[in-house]
Amino acid sequence: MSFIPNTDADRAHMLSAIGVASTAELFHDVPKDFRFPRLDLPAALSEHEVLGQLDALSRLNAQGPQTPSFLGAGAYNHFIPAVVDAMVSRSEFATAYTPYQPEVSQGTLQAIFEYQSMIARLTGMEISNASHYDGATSTAEAVIMALNVAQREKKRVLLSAGVHPQYRAVVRTYTQGMGLTVTGDESTSIGFDQLGDLCDESTACVVVQYPDFLGRVAEPAQLSGLAKRVHACGALLVVVANPVALGLLVPPGEMGADVVAGEGQALGNHLSFGGPYLGFFAFRRDHIRKSSGRIAGETVDQDGRRSYVFTLSTREQHIRREKATSNICTNQSLNALTAAVYLTALGPRGLRRVAELCWHKAHYLASRVGSLSGYSVTKGEFFHEFAVRCPRPVSRINARLFEKHGIVGGYDLGADYPELRDAMLLCCTEVTTKEQIDRLVAALEDCRNA
Amino acid sequence: MEYKFDQKARYSKTHEWVRMDGAEAVVGITDYAQNKLSDVVFTDLPAVGKVLTKESAFMVIESVKAAEEVFAPVSGAVTARNEKLVKAPELVNKDPFGDGWLVRVRLSDVKELDSLMDLASYRKLVETL
Repeated sequence: MSFIPNTDADRAHMLSAIGVASTAELFHDVPKDFRFPRLDLPAALSEHEVLGQLDALSRLNAQGPQTPSFLGAGAYNHFIPAVVDAMVSRSEFATAYTPYQPEVSQGTLQAIFEYQSMIARLTGMEISNASHYDGATSTAEAVIMALNVAQREKKRVLLSAGVHPQYRAVVRTYTQGMGLTVTGDESTSIGFDQLGDLCDESTACVVVQYPDFLGRVAEPAQLSGLAKRVHACGALLVVVANPVALGLLVPPGEMGADVVAGEGQALGNHLSFGGPYLGFFAFRRDHIRKSSGRIAGETVDQDGRRSYVFTLSTREQHIRREKATSNICTNQSLNALTAAVYLTALGPRGLRRVAELCWHKAHYLASRVGSLSGYSVTKGEFFHEFAVRCPRPVSRINARLFEKHGIVGGYDLGADYPELRDAMLLCCTEVTTKEQIDRLVAALEDCRNA
Repeated sequence: MEYKFDQKARYSKTHEWVRMDGAEAVVGITDYAQNKLSDVVFTDLPAVGKVLTKESAFMVIESVKAAEEVFAPVSGAVTARNEKLVKAPELVNKDPFGDGWLVRVRLSDVKELDSLMDLASYRKLVETL
């Protein structure tokens, strides 16, 4: 039964104050046919019956180690130590929000502060915010930050085609109506050199991904070289990164990145059908006043004891009113906490080990697939994903992989990249086994002829 | 409340001041304005070369309480900005008519100065607030 705090007398009083006879009258602008439509619902079930139905439905899912998945493309299947869920399930942490009266929530603030500290170290940046919704929104916020650094006078944004296609779409959605030219991602053949050529005085930022959507890892010298050219134009370099890869690779902060953003799901968060995830967002101190989101800080109270505060939320409407440049007042606290617990449980060495396992398994898979006739692996350094050109349409290969072999295949790249028609993005993580890889290779061989 | 004023400056209704220094004008916010803002934590100074239009917002000053736009009291191109404010935004509070200046401007129309208030009129305005 719903709980309505107003008494009948309260409601009658409010209705008479506005001169309306009944609550129903408030809805008279809604056409009558739509006001109380007949909902063709089945009869109510008991809780026990509902559980039975849901259980039956869940059995239709292909899941677990018996259905290996080689799908990555931005969401990754990693092992999550039990300590992660045990810690984040504590009821004290069960909120998606950064608190509105922060000082009374010292534990929440400390958790956010520790998350920020770990993200800053991992990315090689000076400051991290308390997180955003996901990789796509944190990428878009990075672009908006760059526009603000340029005091909205620069109208050009360069995106590398190697940035996740959905993140690029969200950047365009977020910035529509600002009169920008968002370009650079017309083809995967536009590399760092060409992005450097395209960067000019009117460019607010250049966004690249590391490793990129196709799994490729740029040489540190290439990225530093791009950073120099971008900075020479007075623009910012935004690097979208995979945090697990950063356990192994040179942090973008050491290569001149001004903002490092990305998807934090891989840090201990379950795949969960695509969310909720978290976006991480780290940057250099120079631009802190233009940063998005909220930042928790450590200080001491009047008795000299360590304590935590909300240090900054520079772009939000409760500070800036109508001049706010970000309407994001929430973060993904519980998901950020999950990332922090995961990173704590693994430590720098553990994370590096996870990254190494991902790298080795993906490279083993690549060498096996590359030796199959009809399949060719694209050249160059990669982390735990790589593109494979296939002898037949990816949708048909994936259908056969799943139906005949019980394997979830790779991501079909053709829709996002016309030049990669019939190419599939395959991913391995530390949970992928050699037996699963060998099964996939044999199945791909079978798919060639089928 | 006793506010400081600058004898040589001219004033806008929105509490900016402008003072000629040679061929250029120096622009800042008044003691009244800094007092209402309280502790300034950030000045989003415009780039040198930016062309200001009289009565249009050209920058934002943020304090611990608010973020407020600063309106150009005169039109013209920015020739210098007070770089000291990047590290020490509190100068706007401490010395609004001196070290807390914001930008120097090459006026595009010196006559615009005549449309601004002199000290007596501005003092009168502040007293009514």
